[in-house]
Amino acid sequence: MISFSSNTLSRSRGDFLLLGSVRLLALTAGGLLFLVVAFLFHESWPALQNIGLSRFFSDPDWYPTENSYQLTSMVWGSLLATTGAVLFASPFGILSALFCHFYAPPLLARWYRRMVELLAGIPSVVFGFWGLMVLVPIIGRWHPPGPSLISGILILTLMIMPTIMLVSHASLAHVPIALIHTSSALGFSRWSMIWHVILPTTRMGLFTGILLGLARALGETMAVLMVCGNVVQTPSHLFDPVRTLTANIALEMAYALGDHRAALFMSGLFLMGVVALVVSTAEALRHRNTYVSAK
Amino acid sequence: MPFSTFFFFTLRVFLVGPLLWAWAWEYPSARAEGERLIITGSSTMAPLVSEIGKRFETLHPKVRVDVQTGGSSRGIADTVNGLADIGMASRALKSQEQHLNGSVIAHDGITIILHTSNPVQELTDDQIRSIYTGSSTNWSHVGGPDSGITVVNKAEGRSTLELFLDYFHLSNRDIHAHVVIGDNEQGIKTVAGNPNAIGYVSIGTAQYDAAHGIGIRLLALQHIPATLETVREGRFPLSRPLTLVTKSPPAGLVKTFIDFAQSPQVHDLILQQYFVPLQG
Repeated sequence: MISFSSNTLSRSRGDFLLLGSVRLLALTAGGLLFLVVAFLFHESWPALQNIGLSRFFSDPDWYPTENSYQLTSMVWGSLLATTGAVLFASPFGILSALFCHFYAPPLLARWYRRMVELLAGIPSVVFGFWGLMVLVPIIGRWHPPGPSLISGILILTLMIMPTIMLVSHASLAHVPIALIHTSSALGFSRWSMIWHVILPTTRMGLFTGILLGLARALGETMAVLMVCGNVVQTPSHLFDPVRTLTANIALEMAYALGDHRAALFMSGLFLMGVVALVVSTAEALRHRNTYVSAK
Repeated sequence: MPFSTFFFFTLRVFLVGPLLWAWAWEYPSARAEGERLIITGSSTMAPLVSEIGKRFETLHPKVRVDVQTGGSSRGIADTVNGLADIGMASRALKSQEQHLNGSVIAHDGITIILHTSNPVQELTDDQIRSIYTGSSTNWSHVGGPDSGITVVNKAEGRSTLELFLDYFHLSNRDIHAHVVIGDNEQGIKTVAGNPNAIGYVSIGTAQYDAAHGIGIRLLALQHIPATLETVREGRFPLSRPLTLVTKSPPAGLVKTFIDFAQSPQVHDLILQQYFVPLQG
């Protein structure tokens, strides 16, 4: 939306059409989010009425058919699995993007990138199935029972690594060539160029990649359901089984009635809250960092 | 230009006109004659009942059978509320549900499954109870090797869980599970992948998978082997009737459907779904 009144005396009809349609699309996108939240509120309203918000924190555990509705351990499950996956996947994703862009010979880089693109396209249920049949038994032999927080983290790492890698790669490709030429002319080694020039300029893009990966990990359901064990408890170590908010919905929704069903929508609302919290914290961190570096 | 306009107009009149005409005539009469059976409930029964429904539709072309899942409890609730003509419950009617009419169409059994490499051949009800409540945590407690037991339990709301808890006189709170699973296949895959696991699933599914090379073993209960035959004979302790539920004694189309579902004409469908028909 650049052309308008500044460079023409009167806005053309095309501009108005564009403006209108762009506004409409923006409104639709915003409206959809609003509708989702409103729907979640509407469906979980019976739970808020009959159970009350505080009991979702204060009840001793989650036995919905016995009228006990604590969700905090599942919030922890979601948060820990996601955090673990992001901690593992981010360095791998970013380093492989750097490898692909700066170190790999062109032919290898192209094939490597295609392979990662393919990995990004694998449906989550396939990852879950592989996790259940291969990864979980391996972990079980090492430290029984097997389905655990760590298997969830590893599967999620595999799933979000391609996203982080591809977004990082795209932002690395946008580094102005002049910067690279200048640093070469100054005699920087490849690594010091990456460390002092490339990474600071692409920080935003890398951050976006991590954020996208994080959102995917938080929302992932099927794969996590298959490998995490789904026992409702706050894990005390990596080999404890956990249940995430998403797995809770998928496991029980088909058979839930009344307050139990509303409580499951409540866990959807909690998930929404966790996503909003994580994304806004991340945004706040990003703005602070931008400000500091701008000084 | 005028010619093409005329041409397309004529085309439209000749093509679309008859369709509209036919639709305007056919639609109300089709609605008046067609009847719809709404069946909701147990997800264990839904695949079977919808197959039976398809066969029923071919015999009664004007009837539409609409099968929806949602669990036995929902099937019964829908029947009571009048939202469904027939409810599906994969269990016997409870005492407070005796005012409803139940018609058993087949049986399903639940079996305890172990990994094939597990040397334990049989467990008593008490041993199973102590494993599931966490008082026995090692296979050596029940005559097996010295390794920890992985307890596989079902998610809340499933009728398999209900039947299991009912049989062993447990509450879900008593169970110390290491893995909570959703459907039967997930349970079988979990046990097949873990030599120390114990789980419980539908016999039909387990027997089929065990026969097709998946590494699980079905455990006898009270010395009665877990097979389709013992379930059919009503000898296997952990079994459940698959019941069609109606609010009032079946009449008319509902009765025709239930009679059909109990007849030998659908035995092949019941066997295809690994359930056990009423008569051998």
